[in-house]
Amino acid sequence: MAEINQSKIRNFCIIAHIDHGKSTLADRIIEMTGLLTSREMQSQVLDNMELERERGITIKAQTVRIVYQAKNGEEYIFNLIDTPGHVDFNYEVSRSLAACDGAILVVDAAQGVEAQTLANVYLALDHDLDVMPVINKVDLPSAEPERVIEEIEDIIGIEAQDAPRISAKTGLNVEEVLEQIIEKIPAPAGDAKAPLKALIFDSVYDSYKGVIVFCRIKEGTIRKGTPVLMMATGAKAEVVEVGYFGAGQFIPCEELSAGMVGYITASIKNVKDTRVGDTITNAQSPCSEPLPGYKKVNPMVYCGMYPADGAKYPDLRDALEKLQLNDASLQFEPETSVALGFGYRCGFLGLLHLEIIQERLEREYNLDLVTTAPGVVYKVYKTNGEMIELTNPSNLPDPSEIEYMEEPIVKAEIMVTSEYIGAIMDLCQERRGIYEGMEYMEETRAVLHYRLPLNEIIYDFFDALKSRSRGYASFDYELDGYMQSELVKLDILINKEEVDALSFIVHAQTAYERGRRMCEKLKEEIPRHLFEIPIQAAIGSKIIARETVRAMRKDVLAKCYGGDITRKKKLLEKQKEGKKRMRQVGNVEIPQKAFMSVLKLDDKK
Amino acid sequence: MKPLEIYVHIPFCVKKCNYCDFLSAPAGEQEQRKYVESLCSQIRSYGNAAKAYCVISIFIGGGTPSVLEEERIAEIFRALRDVFYIEESAEITIEMNPGTVTKDKLKVYRQAGVNRLSIGLQSADNSELQILGRIHTFEDFLETYGMARSAGFGNINVDLMSAVPGQTNESFIRTLQTVAKLEPEHISAYSLIIEEGTPFYEVYGEKNCAEGAKDPKDLKEERSEGLEYPKLPDEDTERQMYYDTKRILKEYGYHRYEISNYAKEGYECLHNLGYWNRTEYLGFGDGAASFLNHARWMSGEEPEVLSKKDEMEEYMFLGLRKTKGVSKTKFKQEFGVEMDHIYKKVLADMESKQLLEQNGDFVRLTEKGIDVSNYVMSEFLL
Repeated sequence: MAEINQSKIRNFCIIAHIDHGKSTLADRIIEMTGLLTSREMQSQVLDNMELERERGITIKAQTVRIVYQAKNGEEYIFNLIDTPGHVDFNYEVSRSLAACDGAILVVDAAQGVEAQTLANVYLALDHDLDVMPVINKVDLPSAEPERVIEEIEDIIGIEAQDAPRISAKTGLNVEEVLEQIIEKIPAPAGDAKAPLKALIFDSVYDSYKGVIVFCRIKEGTIRKGTPVLMMATGAKAEVVEVGYFGAGQFIPCEELSAGMVGYITASIKNVKDTRVGDTITNAQSPCSEPLPGYKKVNPMVYCGMYPADGAKYPDLRDALEKLQLNDASLQFEPETSVALGFGYRCGFLGLLHLEIIQERLEREYNLDLVTTAPGVVYKVYKTNGEMIELTNPSNLPDPSEIEYMEEPIVKAEIMVTSEYIGAIMDLCQERRGIYEGMEYMEETRAVLHYRLPLNEIIYDFFDALKSRSRGYASFDYELDGYMQSELVKLDILINKEEVDALSFIVHAQTAYERGRRMCEKLKEEIPRHLFEIPIQAAIGSKIIARETVRAMRKDVLAKCYGGDITRKKKLLEKQKEGKKRMRQVGNVEIPQKAFMSVLKLDDKK
Repeated sequence: MKPLEIYVHIPFCVKKCNYCDFLSAPAGEQEQRKYVESLCSQIRSYGNAAKAYCVISIFIGGGTPSVLEEERIAEIFRALRDVFYIEESAEITIEMNPGTVTKDKLKVYRQAGVNRLSIGLQSADNSELQILGRIHTFEDFLETYGMARSAGFGNINVDLMSAVPGQTNESFIRTLQTVAKLEPEHISAYSLIIEEGTPFYEVYGEKNCAEGAKDPKDLKEERSEGLEYPKLPDEDTERQMYYDTKRILKEYGYHRYEISNYAKEGYECLHNLGYWNRTEYLGFGDGAASFLNHARWMSGEEPEVLSKKDEMEEYMFLGLRKTKGVSKTKFKQEFGVEMDHIYKKVLADMESKQLLEQNGDFVRLTEKGIDVSNYVMSEFLL
């Protein structure tokens, strides 16, 4: 390949609020630059996980190199780095942004600026990216491009008058976007002769090549045989292959030099050695200091995952190990539960991450799982001066040994139209939010700032937010340290026996309400037995709520006519089958879905 | 010759009842004629294959078989007698509903060899009959019953129903006593089950269906066609009705021999018992089931050959419907293995829960076991 001139390279990403058309625009750009024939073109090329397409969100960063023949006759290389689209993956987003020089900001011509639009723009500006706005969905009847342009200028404060007014869906004016990329997004800088300095922004595991590291070369050059050092993890390896990204394929090349985006393989076996955000340098002539911004991401949400069929325990371990190869932020360790047997306590970046892993385990690995209520990491300060990070409520020390506890807090920004401000403030209040201020973006819309305990938003906060604002509120958050809090462990007793898998940590104020709703929910879920079953919620030895599953009085199939015994047998089989999906605790059979029911304590407002 | 039972299904009625999910619907005379024609050719198709069997019972069920013109019934019996060897002492039953029976019909039944009648009464309370959507009154029943006796029928069953919407303990007991005083030889008493696809299902909903969760507060009262649907009796009342049935009928000389069937000594329904004893049977007509040579099938469908496991399961869950229970000796004879060997754990578990008990060679449901018989029976699936 001919020498690539840095001035002909553009490294950029597309940022947007969810559903504003980020992936569609990416598809259109790829299609129009002829990277794929239309036959190969599949809707949303970059979202290549089945799950991503289904949910319409990007889970993993994806990258593609495009060659664009500009109107000025020159040929340009575009590296489009697609970023994950959810707050759970904020750190990944920030590292992807760090690999770019500019960002295309997609704003829906009807919806206008939303919470994530803002959050993403600020994130991009933090990384010194030049932001180029694009107004999408101008073909919608409700489109108001002029109003939205004004909004962008007023709220975000960036020039938007000449923003392309496009329809990514139909392809209208997408050409203009491509021309503006050349004009508005700066070419990369960096000295190809300087000591190697490359940013890892993602990695995937390939069973043939080992770990494939996605990187942006900031300084220097990397080629086959370069001895590399990952500066944070200290892992060393020799580069086996370098290359760039085709659409859905890896294309090897001679070398990658400053300003370029591509991949390296180096027979690295474990993605844990190639942490996102780490700096790759030459092991023999290292650079003086790593790129800024690296941090080790820690799981924020934990839950227990158990195979429905105890015999599948080794399969679950295999599946988790395989998923972890591609997802260094997934953590797991074995645990046992009296009710559920052998399983794993798993750590996730957030609830979406949890759901994604759960779905992948069930779909791609055919596992039937029982998941316990997700919880956050609490800090427990003991009277003996020790501090433990609690990820499983069962491990909470005896109250007499606890000095105090702390829970994680997030800083939340909620954007909402003015008519729903009251409703949303009520919601935040109920969730123990601390009001920090409000700004009006324009007459009818405001941003509310709250500090909220993480454990109040991991269950159903998002749903409640949407339902109370009729879908008009949007929400973004980031972790903001720990705060001392009055927390208690709520235990559930079924037929007087504590069911460990149903215990959870909750704020003392909401414990009563939570316990009551738990008991009600379990009453619905647990079938009647030959005896009466009390369901109790307790804090320590104090019972705070109780429900009763009445004893089964009768279970008789009366008529069996015309010798239709097959039908009778089917009924009995169904009954027996139902029993198989139960977990035995003491002498009570608990259906597996009961363990998940804590998640669905609907907001009864 | 091996014993055989025959079931003939007549899917016609005057009007469908509110609780009925049986294969049955009103139909014109032409349609009935055609149906019986095809029924007869179905019967005749057995030809020589029938020679290996002697028929010990015949049951003409429905629907309401008595809606048929008497000549249709005569045709059916001609076909049956042409093809099958029917034992002299065979029990031959026809089902009927008050309001559809005439003296002429009864006469033809007698001539055809019918020696047992099964009359659907359900309740002696006219308002309950109306709620059930029956076409007759209690007085209509008395007339039919009288005609049947006059025609010389000496073996009559009356069908009753408990847990009817609006029914109280007292009204049910009145029904039992009123009927018992008439001294039919046999009484069937089933509790109402709300089946999907019936008008009752629309009113009384899912909660009361399979789960049996009859919590009165869950029920909505609705008006439909100007008729007020009262609440279903709650579960405790329903069970009490079941206990009362046994107690009261006993006073009148009936004994319970099957979960829902009561008879004077010697008048147990052979046909019904045949199902629980796994006697072979052939079913003719729409939706009728057959069981022959270790295979089961529904009319017009492929036979399903039963494995030994299937047969052991059936032996248990069908046999347990009889109050006498299942015989261990017969189990051994039939399957060549001890019942205790196959079902050791279940038997011990059920006995410890006082749902089953041993009585000499027999294992039977206890009173408590009858209440939850589905649960007990499902445990015997291997």
